[in-house]
Amino acid sequence: MNGFNVKFGYRDNFLDNLQPIDILYKTRVNIDGCRATINALGLKHKELNDLLRETVQRGSKELVINNVFGQRYIGTRLYLPSEDKLYIEVNKFPGNDLGTFLNGHRIVVQGNAQDGVGNTMDSGEIIVHGRAGDVTAMSMRGGKIFIRDNVGYRTAIHMKEYRDKVPVLVVGGTAQDFLGEYMAGGMVLLLGLNLQEGEPHRAHYIGTGMHGGVIYLRGYVSEHQLGKEVGVRPLDDQDKENIDCYVREYCNHFGGNPEEILNGSFQKLVPVSLRPYGQIYAY
Amino acid sequence: MLVQQYYQNERFVPDKEMDACGLFGVMHTGGVRFGGQMAIDAIKNMKVRGSGLGGGFAIYGLYPKYKDHYALHIIYQDKNMAAKKVVEAFLKKHFYVVFDEEIPTNPDIHLFAPPLAWRYFVAPQKGSAEENIPDDEYVISKVMHLNSHIDDAYVFSSGKDVGVFKGVGFPEEIADYFMLDKLYEGYIWTVHSRFPTNTPGWWGGAHPLSILDWTVVHNGEISSYGSNRRFLEMHNYYCTLHTDTEVLAYAVDLLMRRQELPIEVVAKIFAPPMWEAIRQMNDNDKELYTALRMTYAPLLMNGPFTVIVAHHNEMIGLTDRIRLRPITAGAKGDLVFLSSEEAAIRAVCPDLELAWTPPGGEPVVVRLNTRDHLQSLNKSI
Repeated sequence: MNGFNVKFGYRDNFLDNLQPIDILYKTRVNIDGCRATINALGLKHKELNDLLRETVQRGSKELVINNVFGQRYIGTRLYLPSEDKLYIEVNKFPGNDLGTFLNGHRIVVQGNAQDGVGNTMDSGEIIVHGRAGDVTAMSMRGGKIFIRDNVGYRTAIHMKEYRDKVPVLVVGGTAQDFLGEYMAGGMVLLLGLNLQEGEPHRAHYIGTGMHGGVIYLRGYVSEHQLGKEVGVRPLDDQDKENIDCYVREYCNHFGGNPEEILNGSFQKLVPVSLRPYGQIYAY
Repeated sequence: MLVQQYYQNERFVPDKEMDACGLFGVMHTGGVRFGGQMAIDAIKNMKVRGSGLGGGFAIYGLYPKYKDHYALHIIYQDKNMAAKKVVEAFLKKHFYVVFDEEIPTNPDIHLFAPPLAWRYFVAPQKGSAEENIPDDEYVISKVMHLNSHIDDAYVFSSGKDVGVFKGVGFPEEIADYFMLDKLYEGYIWTVHSRFPTNTPGWWGGAHPLSILDWTVVHNGEISSYGSNRRFLEMHNYYCTLHTDTEVLAYAVDLLMRRQELPIEVVAKIFAPPMWEAIRQMNDNDKELYTALRMTYAPLLMNGPFTVIVAHHNEMIGLTDRIRLRPITAGAKGDLVFLSSEEAAIRAVCPDLELAWTPPGGEPVVVRLNTRDHLQSLNKSI
């Protein structure tokens, strides 16, 4: 920190006054076999994430984090060379960017999540027993996210895929505007379970700038709710298989009758152009 | 300004992250006054959204003993006593000052360059030529004069039974400095953390920004500031605090107090529907929204914003029309919350009954003795 900043009164609220990891481990963690129960009350996000890493390095495979109130980046920085996968339970209210860069682990949230769930997630699973905020699954590049209720703005913005890495987002409710904006790959399934009979989805500008991947919608949208870059297509057998598989998985997590859900009418939205802005930056 | 004082020029001001102020507001719809603990704890919970370069509180129902007098909170930068003398001579000439005192502060809390903060409880003392001017207009013109003509003196707040406490520091430090949790109670508390946009943190520019009993806390950046400011100048509002949010405070005063428009309409002026959306409306709405966009084009607030606007009996949360900044509302009994993050509400109210997020441009209006805030619930997620 340079002299100007100090004079200016600027402080680094990410790194100032952190408690030492040994003391945190002694006072906050309760070990029971391979299961660790962690009390996150009042911890800064850096303290909590350091503590999670420490706990994992000491051999815990199941982390139950209690009293979470807005700590960010939970689940990131937990790469394990051993390929072991962790189970992380978050009670109850994780902060922004839950599961950023997630590397194969499974996160279960017993409450609402905030903005940026699964930001640039690589692999693994995030299951939210509640709603999620804006930019859910932003730049996601692999793994699966299940949200029981609604999601906010710009869901699945710039989601992408490469060969066998195809990210999947399943949302039980509806979404706000700009669903699938600039989407480049992957799959979004929006079930609309909390909408009234015949009520259209709430999002506008669906798939604006989309140039890859697919969005499956259960329920209705009007033409004017769609971005210029997407078109509605009928489902083929592969689509039906995808939907069937992920609806059943959704019901396994949150309950509900898969047959009833599958009986609804589904639409498939795909990009109508591969490179909508190809001409803009070329001369 | 700080830039001239401490740096050769703006290039040497340390880099700042521009994107994530913390906002929080809580109101008791039954009008019961309560202490500041919830507001302080909630904003502390969102500490990563702040920077230590600005924080402030607005409190309604603050001075019941003087509730019929305008409470002027005035700061003197660098504890400039000459400015104080000029201001007090001006006040003596244009107001009856019924009581004044230094705003008590905690000497153990050390903040960056604290000014002298003073409060005056006043009633207008109009000259014969000014008799027909309504009190509110009279007070505004005098506040504008103080802000724009007297160096080193800035009016933090000027409403009845309301006060703004703000400065450079984390909001919880500002609260400690002014001892808010010990000395004051109110039925609305709004709070902001982080510095004013496009300005190095300085005491006058910290949020909330206010005029009369209107206060605004803001997350984002109003890129239409220039055209908004020029429009407001035509209506005798002068922007002196070097930050974009100021135009919002004056714009709500112009539209809601002077022109008596309801907030539901004002929200559609600040964050109007896209022309494309207007084309989809029925004829009535089409006419209304077209007229609003034509008439009030210079008051369209462009750029990302979430604001919490408050005045007596009302607290309003509003985002820009494509919601580039977050907001969550929550309710439990008579308490209604607005916050940048849901977790902050949960932290101070673990048994919350409702949490919802309205779409962009849709206001959450919390009114005294009503359940109006629930109107946005159906359109929300």
